[in-house]
Amino acid sequence: MKLRSAALLAASLGLIVLGVLLGQNGEVLQKATHVCLECIGIG
Amino acid sequence: MDERRRGWIQFASLLIQNADFRGFFTGTIHRGATKQVCVPGLNCYSCPGAVGACPIGSLQTFLASRPVKLPYYVLGLLLFFGVLLGRAVCGFLCPFGYIQELLHRIPFPRRKLGNFRGDRTLRCLKYLVLAGVFVAPLLLDWTPAFCKYLCPAGTLEGGVPLVALNLGGLELRLGALYFWKLGVLAAVLAACLWIFRPFCKYLCPLGAIYGLMNRVSLCRLHLDSDRCLGCGRCARACPMQVDPLQSPDSPECIRCGRCARSCPAEALRVGFPQREKQKMSQ
Repeated sequence: MKLRSAALLAASLGLIVLGVLLGQNGEVLQKATHVCLECIGIG
Repeated sequence: MDERRRGWIQFASLLIQNADFRGFFTGTIHRGATKQVCVPGLNCYSCPGAVGACPIGSLQTFLASRPVKLPYYVLGLLLFFGVLLGRAVCGFLCPFGYIQELLHRIPFPRRKLGNFRGDRTLRCLKYLVLAGVFVAPLLLDWTPAFCKYLCPAGTLEGGVPLVALNLGGLELRLGALYFWKLGVLAAVLAACLWIFRPFCKYLCPLGAIYGLMNRVSLCRLHLDSDRCLGCGRCARACPMQVDPLQSPDSPECIRCGRCARSCPAEALRVGFPQREKQKMSQ
């Protein structure tokens, strides 16, 4: 594995953990469990 | 990997990402905890069967919120998928890409278009769309503009089924926006008859993100230049019009592996580094 790819992979995991700590996965869940009216062309 | 096996992986990915089949009968969407995880490909979370969240939709949610939040979680997931797979996500895991490929297989009494005048310029559009994903919510009154005005996956996977199921009175609220989005969807699906994956080539912001990561992704196209005969079959076989000899890490390459299969000298392989080395030494 190239060092650059490994560093990016580590950075991505860091961002995911940071996002989870900030509760962003919960915000994604909240958005995704309601029909997105914009997405389906009604909102 | 042969084309049939890739097709099965794409089909399985479509089913797994939309595994809550009940929604297609009840007209509701899945509300389980799995929806806090973004899927790697373009798959609308308003699809009745979707069990994960769309990464672009989630990104827009954060960018269109007030105050704007930096979407660490979604960017982290996109970076993770991108570094691991690059545009192999498009070639193997994206449900909307698979649907486009299926349509392109329909025998149609017209010449399939590969390289045509303006093709290269049009491919730059997806980077503009990607920039729009980030900028448009700020300019258009916090509207998730890509999802609202452009995304055909949302119309096909969410809008059409939910309106067809006619539940919740959605049909009463159909207006110009819905018919605009239907028009975009119809144009994309019709273009598939002539062009291989037109949405992926010209408009998909997710494809643009993963394309930029092809250079650093672990899954890549490996060229053994000692074996290469320089016959050019690989470039002619590529449905994305990439020349693997010139640019094996091209942002347009979806790692479908057609070039590798067309190579008489087996000089090309798609895969991860370790596995690749073992295979090349065989």
